[in-house]
Amino acid sequence: MSDKNKTAILLLKDGTSFIGKGFGATGKISGETVFSTSMVGYTETLTDPSYKGQILALTYPMIGNYGVPSPILDLGLPRCFESDRIQARGLVIHELCYEPYHWASTRTLDKWLTDEGIPGIYGIDTRRLTKKLRTHGVMLGILQVFNENQKPDIDALLKECDNIHDPNQTDLVKEVSTKEPCRYSVNGKLTVVLIDCGVKFSIIRCLLTRGINVIRVPYDTSANEILTYNPDGILVSNGPGDPKRNTKTIETVRVLAEKLPLMGICLGTQILALAFGADTYKLKFGHRSQNQPALDLNSSSCYITTQNHNYAINMETLKQTQLEPWFINPNDKTIEGIRHKTKPVFAVQWHPEASPGPYDTDMLFDKFKKTMEAK
Amino acid sequence: MPKFDWIHKILVLGSGAIKIGEAAEFDYSGSQCLKALQEEGIETVLINPNIATIQTDPRLSGKVYLLPVTPEFVEKVIAKERPDGILLGFGGQTALNCGMELAKTGILDKYNVKVLGTPIAAIENTGDRERFRQAMLEADVPPLKSGSATSVEAAMRIAEDIGYPVIVRVAYTLGGRGSGVAHNVDELKETVTRGIVQSRIHQVLIEEYVGHWKEIEYEVMRDYADNCLTITNMENFDPMGVHTGDSIVVAPSQTLNNREYQKIRQTSINAIRHLGIIGECNIQWALNTKSEEFRVIEVNSRMSRSSALASKVTGYPLAYIATKLSLGYLLPELINKVTEVTTACFEPAIDYITIKVPRWDLQKFKNADRHVGPQMRSVGEVMAIGRCFEEVLQKAVRMLDIGKIGLVCNPEDYEPESEKRIRGELANPTDEHLFKISKALRMGLSVSEIYRLSGIDPFFLNKIKNILDMEDKLRKLNLNEPAAIEIIREAKRIGFSDEQIAVCQRTNATAIRNFRKNNKIIPCVKQIDTLAAEYPAKTNYLYMTYGGDEDDITFSNNASKVIVLGAGVFRIGSSVEFDWCGVNTVWALKKNDVKEAIIINYNPETVSTDYDVSDKLYFEELTTERILDIYDKENPLGIITSVGGQIPNNLSVKLTDLGANILGTSAENVDLAEDRSKFSALLDKLGISQPPWSKLVTIEDAKRFAEEIGFPVLVRPSYVLSGSAMRVAYKNVSLENFLKMAAKVSPDHPVVISKFITGAKEVEVDGVSDGENVLIGAIMEHVENAGVHSGDATMTIPPQALKPEVQKDIENCTQRIVKALKIQGPYNIQYLVKNDVVNVIECNLRASRSMPFVSKVRGINLIDQATLAMLGKKINIQLSPMTATSHVGVKVPQFSFMRLSGADPVLGVEMLSTGEVACIGENFSDAFSKALQAAEVHIPPKDGTILISIGGDQDNKKRVIPIAQAFQEMNFRIYATANTAKVLNDSGIATTVLYKVRDAQVNPNILDYLQDKKIDLVINVPVTNHKEDYSDILTDGYIIRRQAVEFNVPVITNLQLAEALIDVLKKNNSNGQSIRSLNEYMDEIPWKQW
Repeated sequence: MSDKNKTAILLLKDGTSFIGKGFGATGKISGETVFSTSMVGYTETLTDPSYKGQILALTYPMIGNYGVPSPILDLGLPRCFESDRIQARGLVIHELCYEPYHWASTRTLDKWLTDEGIPGIYGIDTRRLTKKLRTHGVMLGILQVFNENQKPDIDALLKECDNIHDPNQTDLVKEVSTKEPCRYSVNGKLTVVLIDCGVKFSIIRCLLTRGINVIRVPYDTSANEILTYNPDGILVSNGPGDPKRNTKTIETVRVLAEKLPLMGICLGTQILALAFGADTYKLKFGHRSQNQPALDLNSSSCYITTQNHNYAINMETLKQTQLEPWFINPNDKTIEGIRHKTKPVFAVQWHPEASPGPYDTDMLFDKFKKTMEAK
Repeated sequence: MPKFDWIHKILVLGSGAIKIGEAAEFDYSGSQCLKALQEEGIETVLINPNIATIQTDPRLSGKVYLLPVTPEFVEKVIAKERPDGILLGFGGQTALNCGMELAKTGILDKYNVKVLGTPIAAIENTGDRERFRQAMLEADVPPLKSGSATSVEAAMRIAEDIGYPVIVRVAYTLGGRGSGVAHNVDELKETVTRGIVQSRIHQVLIEEYVGHWKEIEYEVMRDYADNCLTITNMENFDPMGVHTGDSIVVAPSQTLNNREYQKIRQTSINAIRHLGIIGECNIQWALNTKSEEFRVIEVNSRMSRSSALASKVTGYPLAYIATKLSLGYLLPELINKVTEVTTACFEPAIDYITIKVPRWDLQKFKNADRHVGPQMRSVGEVMAIGRCFEEVLQKAVRMLDIGKIGLVCNPEDYEPESEKRIRGELANPTDEHLFKISKALRMGLSVSEIYRLSGIDPFFLNKIKNILDMEDKLRKLNLNEPAAIEIIREAKRIGFSDEQIAVCQRTNATAIRNFRKNNKIIPCVKQIDTLAAEYPAKTNYLYMTYGGDEDDITFSNNASKVIVLGAGVFRIGSSVEFDWCGVNTVWALKKNDVKEAIIINYNPETVSTDYDVSDKLYFEELTTERILDIYDKENPLGIITSVGGQIPNNLSVKLTDLGANILGTSAENVDLAEDRSKFSALLDKLGISQPPWSKLVTIEDAKRFAEEIGFPVLVRPSYVLSGSAMRVAYKNVSLENFLKMAAKVSPDHPVVISKFITGAKEVEVDGVSDGENVLIGAIMEHVENAGVHSGDATMTIPPQALKPEVQKDIENCTQRIVKALKIQGPYNIQYLVKNDVVNVIECNLRASRSMPFVSKVRGINLIDQATLAMLGKKINIQLSPMTATSHVGVKVPQFSFMRLSGADPVLGVEMLSTGEVACIGENFSDAFSKALQAAEVHIPPKDGTILISIGGDQDNKKRVIPIAQAFQEMNFRIYATANTAKVLNDSGIATTVLYKVRDAQVNPNILDYLQDKKIDLVINVPVTNHKEDYSDILTDGYIIRRQAVEFNVPVITNLQLAEALIDVLKKNNSNGQSIRSLNEYMDEIPWKQW
């Protein structure tokens, strides 16, 4: 069993502090503190590249219950993991399970975080934290796990709080995107070029399962270069940070959307909107959960979706473009899905690949496939 | 206006009496349904004979019919009311079965009544195992390997194909009645034979046995546009093999990873879409513990116990939303009532853990099997909310009210038991298996070994181990150490009560409480908001936890606040009637301008734990510690402890001692009524007689006193080792046996012996006083002579056989006792009447079980009056109980003997019924006949057959002669056991002998006749004058009674009840039955106050 006596502290930019116990790696990190209300799927969530640069707080109080599996490959990609490492900078939870039990588990959450050098804090009132973030919006923060005999110097940390670097000011997408193009072939008739802004493995798997070959290219690949692959369609992936920073990708998408069927997911949706001249803005505390409703504006259908985004498309500016709103979130009326008025181009703000979360909308991949077949 | 604009009037079917498998959860779902309908301006008609429910209040429902939920009666109501639609999903399996029958027989078509919500075809697809299996295969949902059979031979063939062990399930019964595991051919034959009889369609299902797989449930909603949601999932702590109603359940699931969670969720939705459910349903799964393989078990195409639980788990009002969906609304059109800003089309995110633990009362039933398995046997359940498993588990154990202060630190934890026995209990769980796990761990059995034996996931077992480890730590702890504060904080976080810590520290709970408060270790209040704090919520649905450091709410200090303590866990003797009292108290407080009416209760089955009933709901323990935690934060005017039955009543004195203000009768006067000696002295002073009694501390003294007053005597030990708490002893030997074997007698545990008056009438009054004015709601006469527990007795208002002068006498006695005790609030007094002399048995200064019955039959809401009195105001109605109504109300108990294998259905001083019904009629037999049918007693047809078997000597047997004569006059064919037959034949009653069950080879045999449905009624009166509690278990009488129960033939064990039934049978031929609503009866009452 791990050492349970490490002190840890989470400090928010406004000076709010949470003192608890440390797990995972010892050390100090900073980042944007966000919360997710997902009740299952911590391995998928932590490895989701969209969490790059963030300190992730989970509102479900008991975490680590089913341990961490060793990767089981499914179409060449590991189950239960969305990339090859933990992407969040730190983890904040209420209770850590030291004695998990699951047939697939090979190590504890504590061990996994230690192995990957990620600090975690538990034993704090995560509901108080959530309410804080809900009221003030996501906040920069510092998470430090101390050695057993180390005493936290809160005053010193508080001073550091004033100068926390905002990860949204860096090219987070660059950090998580593939460096080189890579191919996933299932000998399918169709091939999709996937513009990787921080793609989750499950998105690739959703295409492969449908007999679609995938060529995953770096986020800054030019349209011309992409066209040399002669793809049947383009998928613009999810990813971290402020969409407006991805100027090259926006430009690429502007060109490709005129020529090929295109599907966007999460960050990809914002990039598509920006490419067509709409604007995006930062939400106060974003949507991060597996229970977000997405209402189809043209039918009575409402889907339960996994979401993880802090930015949204401005409705008014969208109306000036060739794109139209398709789905909205009935709770805060934000745009959840858009599509081109005439072309086979659409995008959703949520994660139809689920993982973690419900599979309600995986038919969007079928729809994407159909548009490519119809081409 | 509803979405479907052709709907103006809707008929809702209730679930009838509380029985094992169908409890108060249907009062919750029915009440929410009625609320949702009334919002739409729809006229509602409810049929439900359960008078103790909230839903049968005319304020909630347009019209209430206290009638049996059977096709015959429902058709009559349809003919009278002509509703546009009918809702079948809110009254459990009773309503669903009745609805299917109505549809099948064409009655719904005949009157053009549309089934709203889930269509009949879908209901049938979920009810019939084979059709269900086919439907699942079509939807690509994996079912268990299985086959259905209507004969033993067919069942054997199927079992051979699947391979033993197999599970036998009975189609269309409540709570899995009649089901069982068969390990071999012999067991299969036995279970199948019984199951075919019990099934409404004479069908059983033979299934692949997946014992020790995980059992998982999802609650699914679907609207007419095919939108689907799962409100929550639930994971059974107990593996497959234990009925989910008898399993400990956590929500949300704890050991499922995302893939398992989502795959089962999606498959649930696929299944429900294919079936075409509209509204709400529950779907159950078995999940392999070594792979992602799973099987669908069943779908409940209606609100169920689990869906009521899911409502309380999440705060999502499932029944309310399901009703709206039935009216044509779509999920995204509806609003989440908790946040009031977000849509109802979402899946709640939970940031806490909940646990449900069942409560059994098996020890009350002589000879009942105490194992838990595929057949549900629990009579109640509790739910605890917290932030870790250990916390909720320990809370829940205290909530069960079984004398335990938590999972650990109970004196009996250390009673030695053999390892063999413990291993046996782990492998074949009984109602005590939770506590055997801790015992096993203490004995040194490893988690993996316990897992192997029990199939309980090591995740949970390790948490239990944490609790044990903490107990050890606390026992070694020195509170003066600096580290003690953190250890106590951690102990509190994992659910230790002050009392548990006090036990470890050899001090008292108050000392620990003070230590805690001095060190700022206090619990915080958290909201249940359906969204894990993502959005601000207006909810007042609250729980307390040590897993946090900030209250979600602020407390106003100057508002007038009153805390009402709920009834807690339901068990035999305390049920939905006390929830009725609690909810009515809240309503009355609001009427009287109390700003905040606050409920503390933890029973997930109830209406009182619906967050919109009170201004604040603390879903919390009813312990002094937790009540004072809330009291400290809220600073209320006072606490009402007298409307929730035993649990709150017993807390009254302790709370007063600890400084809380209790509203109502002063503690001094409560003591005067409850202390036997003081109360006895008071009666002497008032010149009111009582049966002689004495409190004794040795067995010798008890025997001497019993001889002095003469047998039979009523024996009430204050400490019971096992079995029932009260007994009638007919002679010295049985008195001694009982006190030696089943009780403990010592100066600390005295026994009360009182004269048992035979052949006496029992009479009760319920009323209210404000300290000066005395209101007597009604005089209730028991049909059965004294000796049958008042909860099991048939009661009538007004009395039928009590002389006016005796009634006057009772009225006078009541006035004098109530005034002497200066009662401010509700009261109940029980009397014995013999030879016109009135004796007082006891006086309770609290609301009684019969409060809703009296209130509704007499048209005076006694709780309204009681609340006035407790607020220090004057009651505003004066009425003599002798001012009669033109109608008669009869209350009849509901038993669940069929579910309790082995239990003897004979009635006595210990209560055995699980519920009750009451019907109103033009006269006694009209009301009684309806009430009997409402309690699922099949009234024998004209020219029926009856089996009479009377124990004891000739004199005893002769008592049945007039009854037998009456049956003969009604052209009944009369059978009897040999000796009884002789007595009857000798007195000129033509009687055929049937041979006893143990003479199985001799024909004609009772067993064959019962099996072949050749007997409509059994009258079996056990030997009463030398009843031996430990030897009569296997007597012929017991076997006859038990077999009759198994084959669903009504058994009457009491001669007065037999006489009353004869009255019904005689009058039924000419009278017919009145079909009038409670509203119509009430409107005729000149003094109506409702």
